[in-house]
Amino acid sequence: MTGFAFLILIIAAIAGYVLNRQAATAIRNGGARMHSLSFFHGMFALLVVAVPVLVLLLVWLVLQGAVIDRLTMAGLPEGTLEGLDTGAVQLILAEIKSISGGRVFGTPEEWKIAAAERHVWLHQAAAILMVITVLVLSAVLILFSRRTVAAGFRARHGVERIVSGLMIFCSLVAIFTTVGIIAALVFETAKFFSMVSISEFLFGLNWEPQIPIREDQIAAEGAFGAVPVFLGTIVIASVALLVAVPTGLLTAIYLNEFAPKRFRTVVKPILEILAGVPTVVYGFFAILVVAPALRSFGQSVGLDVAPNTALAAGGVMGIMLIPFISSFADDALSAVPQSLRDGALALGATRAETMLNVLFPAAIPGIVGGVLLAVSRAIGETMIVVMAAGLIARMTINPLDSVTAVTVQIVTLLIGDTAFDNPKTLAAFALGMVLFLVTLVINVFALRIVRKYREIYD
Amino acid sequence: MADITTSQDTAPRSVNATTEAVRQSLARRNRKQIVLQGFGIAAIGFAVLMLGILITSIVSSGYHAFTQTHVEVEVYIDPEEVPVDRLPRGGFDDLLETAMGQYFPDADMSDRAARRAISSILSNGAQFELRDRIVADPSIIGTTITLNVPVSDPYDQLNKGLVDRDTLERNRRVDDAAIARFDRLDELGLISKPLNTGLVTNADSRFPELAGLKGALVGSFWALLTCFVISFPLGIGAAIYLEEFAPRNRVSDFIEVNINNLAAVPSVVFGLLALAVFINWFGLPRSAPFVGGLTLALMTMPTIIIATRAALKAVPPSIREAALGVGASKHQVVFGHVLPLAMPGILTGTIIGLAQALGETAPLLLIGMNAFITSAPSGPFDSATALPTQIFIWADSPERGFVSRTSAAILVLLAFLITMNAIAIFLRNRFERRW
Repeated sequence: MTGFAFLILIIAAIAGYVLNRQAATAIRNGGARMHSLSFFHGMFALLVVAVPVLVLLLVWLVLQGAVIDRLTMAGLPEGTLEGLDTGAVQLILAEIKSISGGRVFGTPEEWKIAAAERHVWLHQAAAILMVITVLVLSAVLILFSRRTVAAGFRARHGVERIVSGLMIFCSLVAIFTTVGIIAALVFETAKFFSMVSISEFLFGLNWEPQIPIREDQIAAEGAFGAVPVFLGTIVIASVALLVAVPTGLLTAIYLNEFAPKRFRTVVKPILEILAGVPTVVYGFFAILVVAPALRSFGQSVGLDVAPNTALAAGGVMGIMLIPFISSFADDALSAVPQSLRDGALALGATRAETMLNVLFPAAIPGIVGGVLLAVSRAIGETMIVVMAAGLIARMTINPLDSVTAVTVQIVTLLIGDTAFDNPKTLAAFALGMVLFLVTLVINVFALRIVRKYREIYD
Repeated sequence: MADITTSQDTAPRSVNATTEAVRQSLARRNRKQIVLQGFGIAAIGFAVLMLGILITSIVSSGYHAFTQTHVEVEVYIDPEEVPVDRLPRGGFDDLLETAMGQYFPDADMSDRAARRAISSILSNGAQFELRDRIVADPSIIGTTITLNVPVSDPYDQLNKGLVDRDTLERNRRVDDAAIARFDRLDELGLISKPLNTGLVTNADSRFPELAGLKGALVGSFWALLTCFVISFPLGIGAAIYLEEFAPRNRVSDFIEVNINNLAAVPSVVFGLLALAVFINWFGLPRSAPFVGGLTLALMTMPTIIIATRAALKAVPPSIREAALGVGASKHQVVFGHVLPLAMPGILTGTIIGLAQALGETAPLLLIGMNAFITSAPSGPFDSATALPTQIFIWADSPERGFVSRTSAAILVLLAFLITMNAIAIFLRNRFERRW
């Protein structure tokens, strides 16, 4: 039925276009001076029909499922859902849905079968109602746009106004997304902080979100102290930056100043490949190769290396960040005016001295911006740490140990059970909030530095 | 250079001494330069070496999964075990046990443990394949058919040489008796190692020898299609407005800062957004590729906007001025002249953005696209996995056979990424104009 509704939409839009175009052409052939070309009269009808109907259809489709579910549950006999928590209610809904889909396990109760029949009926009714609404609205809009056709009607202006409106809407989607992120995080985090106090979360030293069994234990045990989780992220990100920053900067310096042109054309694509490898692949690389190698190396020199050491996750993340830092540094070095380079060389400095004493200091702001963006990537990186870092939060800064990270906790807390009313799930949103705020501050700061610096030399 | 001036202050030196000092310091300074270059080459070497190790390790563990050990068994379909009227039920596993027994005349087939050990060579999927063939054609009941089925994972590993026969028996996953049985089948010429088509035609399974990528490939297809359908028009619309029409004021500045920041927000945060807004508030289904695509679209949009703006900027002003000069309106200039000329650049940016979206994992995990689903989705609203999440699931699985499957899945993913990037580069080189 949905496909049918979209078909109606397309046919109605085309019909509106053809009708208006023909009408406009007829008026012009009658000798009148038209303000707009016939094409624009047609386009006007097309947009006037297509835009509202499409919006109606999308809103309908997004809301239909939720509304029908709610109607189904509201239609249950009085008292069936009394005293059940959200998880149990969702389970009943899922069972009703699977019965209505024809998958019956065992012998369900009478009222469930009745609800399932109601569910099917609601779906059919909704589908028919949707098609009828689309038909009526399309017809009304075609008639409306057909009546606008006249010699003096400024169809082109109308079309341009609608198109501009659509483009403004597109630009606003970016803002909607940000608002959506903030709203989602703020709402769920607020719920979390109504269960666990903020100071507990930010300064507590004990993170054991899986432990609480009875509800009164949660706050009392202080199992949601996120400090060890933050510390883990800091340890892993530091290892990553220790690998990536020197390597990336030296790579950029060599490529920018010393490398022969042919060397550059070979190495640049290789670095781009390194940047294009998905993070899940890096994560698998860390557990398949790097962690075992580090462990056996540790054993050979008598060090006790944990199987999911922070060194493996951080090191592999560092490899991932090398192209990121080197491309930023390369851009920053290239942006330094040629006159500075020429001046230094003319004074008799070697190319190394020119690079280290003149170009590099001049490029520092841009490089710092790039490194900051790399820091925010390292903090927010998820798959490598989910696969290669530990799950248990420990208060340690020893990179040989197993530590966990903010993103690891977010993913593990939300995989599987996602009822939105227990602190375990909501803790993930609180961690997400911290992650979002920290990376946001770093990003804004870094982007500002990079932009300002570019303006100085441009 | 500094020591030249100081030496002049104290005592006049001969020209030769100055030259000598300069020469010495020059040698030192040149050495420094060589050291710096050496460090640079070492850094690049490190990066290239790591990429090399990464690719070599994944290829060397992944190529095993592109073949699959099969065994050919003659099965007599006993009407006693499989009565026509009880289909699709029946004692298919008993048939297989008896069939395997004929190759081991010495074994005591009345002993349950012995029968189990012998039939453990066959994959768990063998009985389902047998069942499907009988259900499809019940007239074969009472005849003997030849079944070519995968062997179970330990024997597959053995055949591929991944189990070392020289290690101690208790440290091996396949004991001596099992090796002897397998070798007997091999001597009889029943073992083959064909190309593993199941890798792309099967959906996921708990058994490595049966697990395939079909569900993940279809899921990724729907997710990417949704992502493209949403992010392409929205991205282009936003970019055209911001680049060509927006007045330079606070609002458009704010939108711009917003887009740049969105491009740098961690992907897991988009997953949180999708979980809270799309699934919890709007009630969209969990694990659905449509929701995945929607989330990926939000992440891809900034990339497309930035690429589109760059492409629009690259169109020279003369084109616009010429069009304006002959009386076109601002909209006609943009949609009739500037946009078509910028299209190759826009498409290149879009394909690169989609390639990034294809490899994105974290947000898909949060919306539940890591579920264990044994059939391919039939539409964008069915539960499914995607390629990267399938890699994640397999990487987490304890069975040895999944290590090579994971690497093979990574190779498939990388092949798609390389293809998409190659198309993008081709478009850029073929159609991009330099003004």
